[in-house]
Amino acid sequence: MTAYTPDALIADDIEAYLAQHQNKSLLRFITCGSVDDGKSTLIGRLLFDSRTIFEDQLASLEADSRRVGTQGQEIDFALLVDGLAAEREQGITIDVAYRFFSTERRKFIVADTPGHEQYTRNMVTGASTADLAVILIDARKGVLTQTRRHSYLAHLVGIRHIVLAVNKMDLVGYDRATFDAIVADYREFAAKIGIGEFTAIPLSGFRGDNVAGASENTPWYAGPSLIEHLESVEVDAARDAAGSFRMPVQWVNRPDLDFRGFAGLIAGGVVRPGDRVRVLPSGKVTSVARIVTLEGDLPQAVAGQSVTLTLADEVDCSRGDVIAAADAPPEVADQFEATIVWMADEELLPGRAYWLKLGTQTVSATVQAPKYQINVNTLEQLAAKTLELNAIGVATIATDRRIGFEPYEASKTLGGFILIDKLTNATVAAGMLNFALRRSQNVHWQATDVTRETRIALKNQQPAVLWFTGLSGAGKSTIANLVEKKLARMNRHTFLLDGDNVRHGLNKDLGFTDADRVENIRRVGEVARLMTDAGLIVITAFISPFRAEREMVRAMMAPGEFVEIHIDTPLAEAEARDVKGLYAKARAGALKNFTGIDSPYEPPEAPEIRIDTTAMTAEEAAELIVARLVP
Amino acid sequence: MGGPCAYLAVTMLPTDPARLTHLQRLEAESIHILREVAAEAERPVMLYSVGKDSAVMLHLARKAFYPAPPPFPLLHVDTTWKFRAMYDLRDRMARESGMELLVYRNPEAEARSINPFDHGALHTDLWKTEGLKQALDKYGFDAAFGGARRDEEKSRAKERVFSFRSANHRWDPKNQRPELWNLYNAMKSKGESIRVFPISNWTELDVWQYIQLNDVPIVPLYFAAPRPTYEWEGQLFMADDEARLERVLGRKLPITERSIRFRTLGCFPLTGAVESEAATLTDVIRETLLTTTSERQGRVIDKDAGGAGMEKKKQEGYF
Repeated sequence: MTAYTPDALIADDIEAYLAQHQNKSLLRFITCGSVDDGKSTLIGRLLFDSRTIFEDQLASLEADSRRVGTQGQEIDFALLVDGLAAEREQGITIDVAYRFFSTERRKFIVADTPGHEQYTRNMVTGASTADLAVILIDARKGVLTQTRRHSYLAHLVGIRHIVLAVNKMDLVGYDRATFDAIVADYREFAAKIGIGEFTAIPLSGFRGDNVAGASENTPWYAGPSLIEHLESVEVDAARDAAGSFRMPVQWVNRPDLDFRGFAGLIAGGVVRPGDRVRVLPSGKVTSVARIVTLEGDLPQAVAGQSVTLTLADEVDCSRGDVIAAADAPPEVADQFEATIVWMADEELLPGRAYWLKLGTQTVSATVQAPKYQINVNTLEQLAAKTLELNAIGVATIATDRRIGFEPYEASKTLGGFILIDKLTNATVAAGMLNFALRRSQNVHWQATDVTRETRIALKNQQPAVLWFTGLSGAGKSTIANLVEKKLARMNRHTFLLDGDNVRHGLNKDLGFTDADRVENIRRVGEVARLMTDAGLIVITAFISPFRAEREMVRAMMAPGEFVEIHIDTPLAEAEARDVKGLYAKARAGALKNFTGIDSPYEPPEAPEIRIDTTAMTAEEAAELIVARLVP
Repeated sequence: MGGPCAYLAVTMLPTDPARLTHLQRLEAESIHILREVAAEAERPVMLYSVGKDSAVMLHLARKAFYPAPPPFPLLHVDTTWKFRAMYDLRDRMARESGMELLVYRNPEAEARSINPFDHGALHTDLWKTEGLKQALDKYGFDAAFGGARRDEEKSRAKERVFSFRSANHRWDPKNQRPELWNLYNAMKSKGESIRVFPISNWTELDVWQYIQLNDVPIVPLYFAAPRPTYEWEGQLFMADDEARLERVLGRKLPITERSIRFRTLGCFPLTGAVESEAATLTDVIRETLLTTTSERQGRVIDKDAGGAGMEKKKQEGYF
């Protein structure tokens, strides 16, 4: 076998050796496979070949091998890496263990995780920090269900380099046809789950073939050995550095009144003094003044470094905020589609509030019932009401406030999160944000200098939303129109949003199904909010039949700004008037989903103003409303 | 070559933005961990054993919070049997870092004059394991940094960076929280505490090289020098306090001067020395790399209870 022996250089020229070691890059990888695939043996072999095993360890390894080993008189490398007592007794790896070795070019951190399905969470944990995954296959058995599961999980957590290690080649006589058949089989499957490229290596962890160097037993294989490949792939940190600047703020450093630094680990890109940056979620823009370190200020810092920045202006910025390139900031949102891996014995409770930690932000979040669960063996999407231990599903998550984020595939730091049970404090799930649910929230919030308060002061009036609700033909538009005329005469700045008019433009794509009615009101609510920001008194006249949506609009406005006005006309009365002839059409079945006929109207339980149109005229009603508004 | 440290011209600053070295990435990860704990724990403390791993951890803390001093105290759980040079460096580093130094000695061990010769395993148990628990309880610390590394020992390879302890300080290896990406869950119930290992992913060579590149002060005992030595049960020890040795043993030991150094530091009667001529950092690193025995071999503690010695001690509350 070709072992890695740096000894010569250490003895002859220690400085050259240290210079080489100092400049090594770091690659983290994970090995996936079951006990039977020889995973621990392969890791033991890597440690052995890179001289990470000392003589005393080797001596006890030899003794252990004879006592409890599974390889007869030969050294059982697996004993090197099975750490906990419980594991050694059962002969399986239960938890995630981390191993370290280095070659002439790189230092490696190996996450060694168990392969059985009940340890999916352990594998996901180990894979979360890996640049590369080694998927082990027993050459005698070929691609198995577990191979597919491991590959899917590795791909799910965003590992971009996959190595198909066809192990135990010594047991199939180093047969090329066997290797080729396995690779072809795997390629077909890999393409299905979106793994485009992978590197297949025929090897024997037990014998050392193609582990450190090319094996004489596989003259037909021209590719790299496992270690050669591990030394040459691009690490994720290099990719992160190429992106736009992002740094979640971990800690605000205030040793005295003159210094205010923002400390964090740079998640993406490069930063230099003078760079324009934006603080999220507030959206305030400033520039970087200094990059402060114990060794003196830096001219630049890159993704993967922990630094302290000072900013040119006194802007609000605290732990949990994200400092980002001003011209390419991450999105800010509060509703997401996410892929979730459940990691606790207690199943997911849809609707319950959990802590969600993403970057340095910890917010309260609720998970809706999953859209579907993924069978990790067949990759089928299954209907699911909840997620149990080791289940993976896709669901909507809502946070209680807006957070800066990026889709997981763009940034592991700003897209990966954990969920924490508020009662037990256990980490119950890990997840990956796929995208924000509403496009409107993908747009970054632009802070403006002329504020809502400025505009209100200029208008010399208090903005409000007079929200008229009631059956079709109840008299909403008539009364609303009169109210606006009276306010205009009093020099108040108003705008009347009428249901029919809005459906000619803004909402002409919407019909009258329940879902479309909800969206109709949501849009009108957003428009009304913009207008109150402009300082206007907004008058709306919509049937708006559902309480939940009226409450949604109320919640959008500042406290006291939303004035719900129920134009209360009995159905029989409205139908008798039938100004537009709609009730007749609905009764004849020509109009579907008509409120009061085949779609419900939920009257307000406690409106600010209730107008009984059977007891007063439209003019009297308008007087009453204006009097309430302008005492 | 321009002298013994010519390669030091290569600084810790990144030259190529796309390619940080493994030491730069390890440093960034450790600083991230230190800051997370400072931000999320109510009352953090740094356990300071004065060894080289503690030295690196302390240096990282000073970097993490510069220009402020680290926002937590140093805690030394003392056994009264440490090398004198360790006490000297301890006091000096506390002054230089601007951190508060708390020294705790288990009063029961002190009253009973517990020592490594008469009391064997009880020495470690009372002074260190019990002493640490008492100190944490006394000050109400809810998070304690330790300088343990995963490459030291098999059960440590599986321990989390944030390792939870029950209200009575026990570790449950089968019930550890999943730790994904660099997201650490520091939430805990009243009475529970966390041990945090910021240099989990460093190897012995990384620690040495970092000390060299950053000029981190370490106890001179790591470098070879002529020192008074005695032999005890087949191992070589340094007679750091001859008078005390004589008092405890009731007899004078034959003392010989030898050129020795230490690979790890603890209580002087429990820490085996190696004969060596390695008097500079570079020499020490070369010797470390060429050696064929693992680092903890000089410590007695790992060998108890067969292969699972450390795991058993950790469950009981040893760090």
